[in-house]
Amino acid sequence: MPPSTTNSTESPRGRRVLTRSLDQFFMNMADVAAFVGRFFREAFMPPYEFKEIVRQCYEVGYRSLLLISTTGFITGMVFTNQSRPSLAEFGATSWLPSLIAIAIVRALGPLVTALIAAGKVGSSIGAEIGSMNVTEQIDAMEVSGTDPFKFLVVSRVIATSFTIPLLTMYTVFVALMGAYLNVTVNEQTSFTSYIQEIFGAITYLDIFSSVLKSIVFGFTIGMVGCYKGYHSSKGTEGVGKAANASVVTAMFLVFIEELIALQIVGALR
Amino acid sequence: MKSKETNETVISIKGLRKSFGDLHVLRGVNLEVSRNENVVVLGRSGTGKSVLIKIMVGLLKPDAGKVIVLGHDVEQLRGKELDEFRQKVGFSFQSSALYDSMSIRENLEFPLVRNIRNLSRAEINKAVEKALSDVGLSQTINQMPAELSGGQRKRIGIARTLILKPEIMLYDEPTAGLDPITSIEINNLINEVRERLGATSIIITHDLTCAKSTGDRIAMLLDGKFERIGTFDEVFADPDERIQQFYNYNFTEQKSVPPVR
Repeated sequence: MPPSTTNSTESPRGRRVLTRSLDQFFMNMADVAAFVGRFFREAFMPPYEFKEIVRQCYEVGYRSLLLISTTGFITGMVFTNQSRPSLAEFGATSWLPSLIAIAIVRALGPLVTALIAAGKVGSSIGAEIGSMNVTEQIDAMEVSGTDPFKFLVVSRVIATSFTIPLLTMYTVFVALMGAYLNVTVNEQTSFTSYIQEIFGAITYLDIFSSVLKSIVFGFTIGMVGCYKGYHSSKGTEGVGKAANASVVTAMFLVFIEELIALQIVGALR
Repeated sequence: MKSKETNETVISIKGLRKSFGDLHVLRGVNLEVSRNENVVVLGRSGTGKSVLIKIMVGLLKPDAGKVIVLGHDVEQLRGKELDEFRQKVGFSFQSSALYDSMSIRENLEFPLVRNIRNLSRAEINKAVEKALSDVGLSQTINQMPAELSGGQRKRIGIARTLILKPEIMLYDEPTAGLDPITSIEINNLINEVRERLGATSIIITHDLTCAKSTGDRIAMLLDGKFERIGTFDEVFADPDERIQQFYNYNFTEQKSVPPVR
């Protein structure tokens, strides 16, 4: 039988496909690096789009608040309920508040907020900028003497980098309240001792690393949404793909970043 | 037609080339446009008509050639200079390009508040109301773009570009997708803009009615070059089959058109 010429990297055709894919990958990476670089260059150069940044902060925060509240509260309550049996086996249900505090502050709060925001805010940014791109609104902005990158991208990325850490703090608070409801019903723990146990368990490093991590998550969500929207292909299909890719890529990157943060904070602890 | 003719050249294009990969859309375009002149660019879809006017405002970079608009070499303009140049050139997009998330008032205000500092609220309102009344759409001021018809959106798009009183207007398919009556209104608006602002215009279209009623000269883009430039009658007196096909289709004289292979 003659050797296959289609699915092997040994064959000239296979090598061509691999080379083309690698070329494409590195070109995309260079494009992403240029986009991020442009953000840092333009973010620090006047004129500053304060009004648009404030408007976007309001949009990002307001748009996600109800969903974050519900999700955070349920996460806290369900996590507490599911953790109880394991601790009960050792007669250690009194450790529930400490366990919950550590899990929520270190991981669940920032992650849940980032995932909800990626779905809610990231997709919306990808779709909005994508549709502006498709309908020539970005070009229209440029020819009317406004830098669309600064007006659309810089303002949104700053807004998500600032608002998502705030939303994370709020989610942590709401999740701890959800957990308290469960704890007080089952263990009759008082609010004062619940709070005391929480603050006894967490450290400044936990809070600091969570806030820092959330800033990175927020930056990622905003940047991915803007990048995908800005580079959407023409047509309504392009807008849909941009919105979808914004969510999928942002969620994937959030998990990767969480893994990296875990290693860094683990080394510091 | 042309009201006050001067021979001052405001747009000069020489040897302009532009390709997208293997697709060579512009292959040495030359054009000179005088102040207060309306030039219509005709050509089939995908022949680079829109590319040409996008190069003229610096939205696309040419591969070769020179584009001098209002004395500026567009390719060399950067930053503030480019922004100031763009204020003098209005661009009406094929899709109107109204900002969906803003009301009509905000759409019209946008170029004004972004480019002219220290304007009072009263001055902004006055300019917006004037721009809207000039296109006969004062009642839409508080509506959102999605609530308007195609023709209304087109007129608002033109009003938004006119608010900065440009010296040059570039229209990309101004009548595409519009009914004949609305198309006539848009054609009249294009002529009014020239009369009122003394603007020089380039109108990209494949609507010959629009071309005939707005253009002083017609430039026919064929194979990436302006093969014929002249008045409407001069251009369509040419027996070239490609030009005649264009004419026959638009004026529904479907005689002896060979099938496209």
